[in-house]
Amino acid sequence: MQRERAETIFEKSKPGRRAATLPAAGVPESPLAELIPVRLLRAEPPRLPEIAEPEIVRHYNRLSRRNFDLDSGFYPLGSCTMKHNPRLNERVAALPGHARLHPAQDPRRAQGALELMWLLQGSLAEICGLPHVSLQPSAGSHGELAGLLLTRAYHADRGERRTKVLAPDTSHGTNPASVTMAGYEVVKVATNERGGVEMDDLRTQIDADPEQVACLMLTNPNTLGLFDENIAEIARLIHAAGGTLYYDGANLNAVMGHSRPGDMGFDIVHVNLHKSFSQPHGGGGPGAGPIAVSDRIEPYLPRPQVVRREGGNGHGPSYDLDHERPKSIGRLRGFQGNFGVFVRSYAYILSLGADGLAEASETAVLNANYLKARLAAGRAGERLPVAFDRHCMHEFVLSGKPMKRELGLTTLDLAKRLLDFGFHPPTVYFPLLVEEALMVEPTETETKESLDAFADAVEQILAEAEEDAEVAKSAPYTTPVRRLDEVRATRRPVVRQAL
Amino acid sequence: MTRYTSATPADRAQMLAAIGVSDPAELFEQIPAPLRLGRPLQLPDGLSEAEVCERLAALAERNADAEDQVCFLGAGMYDHYVPAIVDAITSRSEFLTPYTPYQPEISQGGLQVMFEFQTAMSELTALPVSNAGLYEGPSSVASAGYLAIGATGRRRFVVSRGLHPHSRETLVTYSRGYGAEVVEVGLEGGLTDAAALAAAVDGETAAVFLQSPNFLGAVEDVEALGAVAKRHGALLVVACDPITLGILKPPGECGADIALGEGQPLGNRLDFGGPSFGFFCATEAQIRRMPGRIAGETEDVDGRRGFVLALQTREQHIRREKATNNICTAQALNALAAMVHLAWLGRAGFRELGELLARRTAYARRRLAAVEGIEPLHEAPVVREFAVRLAAPVDAVLERCAERGIAAGYPLGRDYPEHGDGLLVAITERRSREQIDALAEALGAAIAAEREGVAA
Repeated sequence: MQRERAETIFEKSKPGRRAATLPAAGVPESPLAELIPVRLLRAEPPRLPEIAEPEIVRHYNRLSRRNFDLDSGFYPLGSCTMKHNPRLNERVAALPGHARLHPAQDPRRAQGALELMWLLQGSLAEICGLPHVSLQPSAGSHGELAGLLLTRAYHADRGERRTKVLAPDTSHGTNPASVTMAGYEVVKVATNERGGVEMDDLRTQIDADPEQVACLMLTNPNTLGLFDENIAEIARLIHAAGGTLYYDGANLNAVMGHSRPGDMGFDIVHVNLHKSFSQPHGGGGPGAGPIAVSDRIEPYLPRPQVVRREGGNGHGPSYDLDHERPKSIGRLRGFQGNFGVFVRSYAYILSLGADGLAEASETAVLNANYLKARLAAGRAGERLPVAFDRHCMHEFVLSGKPMKRELGLTTLDLAKRLLDFGFHPPTVYFPLLVEEALMVEPTETETKESLDAFADAVEQILAEAEEDAEVAKSAPYTTPVRRLDEVRATRRPVVRQAL
Repeated sequence: MTRYTSATPADRAQMLAAIGVSDPAELFEQIPAPLRLGRPLQLPDGLSEAEVCERLAALAERNADAEDQVCFLGAGMYDHYVPAIVDAITSRSEFLTPYTPYQPEISQGGLQVMFEFQTAMSELTALPVSNAGLYEGPSSVASAGYLAIGATGRRRFVVSRGLHPHSRETLVTYSRGYGAEVVEVGLEGGLTDAAALAAAVDGETAAVFLQSPNFLGAVEDVEALGAVAKRHGALLVVACDPITLGILKPPGECGADIALGEGQPLGNRLDFGGPSFGFFCATEAQIRRMPGRIAGETEDVDGRRGFVLALQTREQHIRREKATNNICTAQALNALAAMVHLAWLGRAGFRELGELLARRTAYARRRLAAVEGIEPLHEAPVVREFAVRLAAPVDAVLERCAERGIAAGYPLGRDYPEHGDGLLVAITERRSREQIDALAEALGAAIAAEREGVAA
């Protein structure tokens, strides 16, 4: 990777340089002050960089070489599903008919786009086992907020006001954050010794005040990578109390074509198109978080909704945007959603088909269990034991507690040393209930050779630490920068270039 | 094997042996039998790459895009020219395929881009703090509402009717969740009614929301309108179109506490509405209440300059139910596109683009107003979009223009029933004088034909 001293594009600016040439106005060049009152005008233009095109390209190319990315190597970041991003999807998303289609185009002249959305909705409905889909939410957390607002609207329509949302202590941080934002109170539910929901605790929490239970948010398989065998009973209890059951779809990659959230009893599901359906993560967005819901939740779905109208008199079906949804929770964002993401994910579903999706999940589960077994057979078996020792689904969680106690090496140290071996580390310190947690999700698109190489690297790091723990404690060494002072960045934040 | 997986039968056999099972189905036995699907998904079989390409191209063909039609549609997203280097840089694997930069030592490229983007947006808005990006415009408005509740302890928003209809509706949706009342103030002559606004704001107001240029294209006097927010201790939230900030007085110089907006005009394609990004800038006082990712500068153990995600204690993965927002997406790739576009425009080019838009828009407004059956909907100053009234049914006129290959604009009637005869026309640097003349001619002919009752 590129290791020179960081210099921002603003520091490379020199007065008088430029890249853009604009077309001539071709209309009268009246002074601006004749068009807009002076008091509304800006005195000095913003201090954007002054730099010519060759140096812009060179600057960002160099910056790119200071990033590790999925196309460079193994990226087993738990709960993030770092699967291959097919370039075919980029090609079809860039077709002018998609990329240059204005969102306010008359639906009669955007039939292809609306049909694509309709087809994607149908595919997601079948995969989730729930009949109705809204593609509008922009991300998983946005889908969660949507689900909670749907729950509120559903209860309000029945004349009920409920205040509590239950979530396991293993849940993603977005779950409780969404709960607060939606105006509910979070109630934590404990985890049992098999990694699932502690049923007695769940019953206690519900029985405390069943009429206040609005919803239970669950990831299944959960963030430990384990399928909760009690899900049918959980659903029965929540429904008996009058609540809704929400499925955080972050881990859907484990069960596509094998088991469906709707069949498990969930009322509302969000799907991360940037995880299970191959939209590139972009270094932190964009993604999309469509939701699938049951019949009783459908009336409240966000506006507008894509609808299909059957044609008559020899005409084919047509598609439209339905804004007239009187019980809808309303809009969650502008226009129709992240359409470019829909194109990529629909292309992915077309590529794999029914069998391919099921095989993707099966291989993801196979890869995870194989890597878990490979690690357990080596030093990790003692130093980094799996937190819940049973077959996992698409990911598993290790605990670095013995490693820390016996070698003085924290999970963070191990993660940083992995960087020197050319791997992106797993997710660290999550879920919170596992001490020194390391959450590993290899995905189906990795080869056995990659998994072996990763297991070998962990083995080598642990062996090295038995000799000299300091090596890992001071890692990394080969990266563009070494360990960074994150505390300082929060205590005395510097969040822009001084000019 | 699908074309994206690599496990051969031999690989699988070895892997199963290592796991100690004979069939992958055993791994799925943790799913209770009644919950196993037990049948194939009812989806078509997988297709070859060539077939997928053809299938998607056939769908794309059925859309009238900005290459098929001359596009005067705006209403928040615009057909700007995206320079070639944006595509070249954003399609690099190193930017396209990583996750959020949780491991800063191997994410310096992405983190530095965020830091540069924050600097650029801070310069544009003249506010000291910018985050690294939010989903898009309207949900950013709703996030500002959540921030304002936290900052003031109050739960009422006063919102100009000039704020984008999608932003107003999104704010109402979110407000039903976090618990807030939304009070709307109307427009007079295309601009926010100053007297009504002053009357609506009081000591219970958490925030005042303005947009400039507003949805009808009119440049608001934000400084004058916003003073009432200050007097009552409410936050002033200003939604703006970033492309106009080369020439318009920035929100930070008009008393705004928060400036935000839809980022699509900066380097992002239309994509039928997304993905794009929302930007969100604020005063120092709000830094610990900001939503979303923020990159910050720091040093490594060797004293080398580096960047990290700063102020993470605001965020959901640390603070859980006490987080300042639930968002974890920064739309990083879209923000990169914006940064490259802004660097390409540069200090001079950014201003020149604003001037170009203002001049062509002024020309278009005059040119259309000279057409029989068209008159301005308001006389307020505009930069890149303006509203007119048509003396014939808008939908029918639009249909006639579409048949001549022109998307003539956005009909205002759906969002503003009081302007059922209104049309919003947007101008970009791609809309030449000749195209504007053609629009005027097409609108004139369509209106005349409608008034004469000529069959389309």
